[in-house]
Amino acid sequence: MAWVLDHLDLVWSLTLTHVGLCVPPIVLGFVISVPLGYWASRSSAARSVLLTAGNIAYTIPGIALVVLVPVVLGLPILNPLNVVVALLLYAVAIMVRSAADAFASVAAEVRQSATAQGFAATQLFWRVELPLAGPVLLAGVRVVSVSTISLATVAALVGIPSLGSFFTDGFQRNFAVETLTGLVAVLVVAAVFDLILGGLGRLLMPWNRRRRLSSSAAKALSQPIPTTGRF
Amino acid sequence: MSIEFRHVRKTYPDGTTAVEDFSVTIPSHSTTVFVGSSGCGKTTLLRMINRMVDPSEGEVLIDGEPVSGIEPVALRRRIGYVMQNSGLLPHRTVLDNVATVPVLTGTPKAKARQEALAQLDRVGLDRSLANRYPGQLSGGQQQRVGVARGLAADPNILLMDEPFGAVDPIVRDELQQELLRLQRELGKTTVFVTHDIDEAFLLGSQVVILQRGGIIAQIGSPAEILAHPASDFVADFVGAKRGKRRLTAEERSAGDDVLLVDAGGYPAGVISAPDGRLILAGAGPKSRSVSNKTDQAGDA
Amino acid sequence: MLFVQAIQWILDGSHWSVVNFQAGIAQELADHLWISFVAVVFTAAVALPIGLFIGHTGKGRAGAVVIANVARAVPTLGLLSVLLVMWLAFPPTVLVFVLLGVPPLLAGAYAGLESIDRQTIDAARAVGMTERQILFQVELPLAAPLILGGLRSSTLQIIASVALVSNFGINSLGDFILGGLAANDFVQMTAGAILVTVLALLVDGVLAVLQRLAAPRGVSRGRGPSTARVRRLPVAPRGAPIPEGK
Repeated sequence: MAWVLDHLDLVWSLTLTHVGLCVPPIVLGFVISVPLGYWASRSSAARSVLLTAGNIAYTIPGIALVVLVPVVLGLPILNPLNVVVALLLYAVAIMVRSAADAFASVAAEVRQSATAQGFAATQLFWRVELPLAGPVLLAGVRVVSVSTISLATVAALVGIPSLGSFFTDGFQRNFAVETLTGLVAVLVVAAVFDLILGGLGRLLMPWNRRRRLSSSAAKALSQPIPTTGRF
Repeated sequence: MSIEFRHVRKTYPDGTTAVEDFSVTIPSHSTTVFVGSSGCGKTTLLRMINRMVDPSEGEVLIDGEPVSGIEPVALRRRIGYVMQNSGLLPHRTVLDNVATVPVLTGTPKAKARQEALAQLDRVGLDRSLANRYPGQLSGGQQQRVGVARGLAADPNILLMDEPFGAVDPIVRDELQQELLRLQRELGKTTVFVTHDIDEAFLLGSQVVILQRGGIIAQIGSPAEILAHPASDFVADFVGAKRGKRRLTAEERSAGDDVLLVDAGGYPAGVISAPDGRLILAGAGPKSRSVSNKTDQAGDA
Repeated sequence: MLFVQAIQWILDGSHWSVVNFQAGIAQELADHLWISFVAVVFTAAVALPIGLFIGHTGKGRAGAVVIANVARAVPTLGLLSVLLVMWLAFPPTVLVFVLLGVPPLLAGAYAGLESIDRQTIDAARAVGMTERQILFQVELPLAAPLILGGLRSSTLQIIASVALVSNFGINSLGDFILGGLAANDFVQMTAGAILVTVLALLVDGVLAVLQRLAAPRGVSRGRGPSTARVRRLPVAPRGAPIPEGK
């Protein structure tokens, strides 16, 4: 405990660095995945291509991806941008599937009745489909957020600072308290991000607060996700 | 194979009472229908017969033997069961679905399949469907397979839980007629659950109208219930109160048919009346054996 | 160009026996596969019975959900380093990988059973199947694709994690990556990353084929020919280690 109190500055600064690595992939991943997921929900060919590509990307072990990204981009190995790009790739791989499911969960009857009332295609997207896909999209972002924060620790293995530095450093010094500190810090950051996303969801989707979800959305949401942060 | 419910009660751990004190005798070789709105406990009662549900109090007896003394799995293999949406095993072919129970009870597979083919004929399914999977059949075909499976082990008792609830009206009509034919041929002790009073009257020799909590609103033959609804609830349920069942002939010049209208003035059917004389049916609506009589209180 | 050099490095036969006076590709690959295999076997022995029990009885579902969710938040590297600071011999290391492998398979097993239409199981019980017959003749065949999906996730999780232990004194293909990094030998590093990636993709592909073969006939992928069905059957996953939602 004393070690933690003595190193609060370090914990705080590495937490900020870590957050800095994670926020861009989470936000960009969402922005990129929503249109791709919408496309996948419309066309089964697009769906199979996008989801297969996502699966392959997600299958690449993190340690391999983190060293392959700089080779592909031609960046110095210690550039944090490598980690951001790797995390973005994983985020899109997860999020495209979520987004495809989210749009598929919008009941066809609702879409048809909105079309019948005279919504144009773009209006239909922004005012009907996107809001109704919201809960499942949110669930997807929460998964992306948690796994990105967990995955970002891999940066430490190639020498890019993050909360993972506590793991490598603690291991080298055979010092359990330091590794535990890193673990707790990662979990706390993940929990805070999840709370923020949950709050955003309640703010943006007030209709979703107390009402039961449509059965398909509820089904999509209740599906457990048999994956863990992998790298 | 008569079935008797003796002061049966079902309370769930959360305190809700599905059935309170239900007693009824179901005569053998005829069809008894439990009919009522959702939540009246009709399915719960049905499932007590094959111990899918055990009553909290009271007993269900088959030929005087309490089912609570029979091992549930053995009991279920002796009783045919047909449910809504067929409940077929999606990963087994039609033939293997029909052969399920005989195989479970030790009939060699080849023999069970051979017999299953005969069951398909019996329920009016083409043998070419035998190697299809349930997912490749229409809803009506699936229900026929469900009936064939229920009959495969030649049980004396057949339980049917809204078997035709999810098929369209034309197919439902076909299936109902098929069931009547099968019942004439086989004479199983059949317990049928439905929320559709017309279906109840069509299929049942004995109809049990249930209110919330498994309370018997009236029990009797369709004719008795229609002629003498025991209460306002029954009159309402069978449509007598709204005048749906009280038909009057309307003068029509066209042909020998006279148009019948209900109390609201809506056309409900036609009746043959050649030369202005009504054709009267013989001994009753149909030859049905009914053992339970009820107080015939009230009048429509 | 690093890529081309890395591939040449891999194709260089001598690197399969010795790299920098240490274990070559063949040895590292064999070790990597062996420790992964042992971990997967233990994982299955632990997670399958528990997952099937939860899925069949519905008991302990909340616990399984919590485990699956927490497991996603715990960084593999963190768990490895915390646990390895405490133990360092071969058997406990396998235990660490089992710990990482259990949640996906557990979730896959109970989700597989849960995805089955309740009515199908109800009907199986009503026609007189025993609980054991329901589990083996109805639930397992119908859940096989999702269970194998869980096994696929677990296996990949383990293979990816084993690549990290090079940092922790155990032979694996990760040695080339971190060794190359430490020695500024970017060719070797890239070659290691390619080897690890190819290994993961190959294993994933094999398991994906198995998963596809395990889907019972009659249970349609996507839409069946019948539109008259009131309830659709659980749809086999399209072969993904990440069945988010679906």
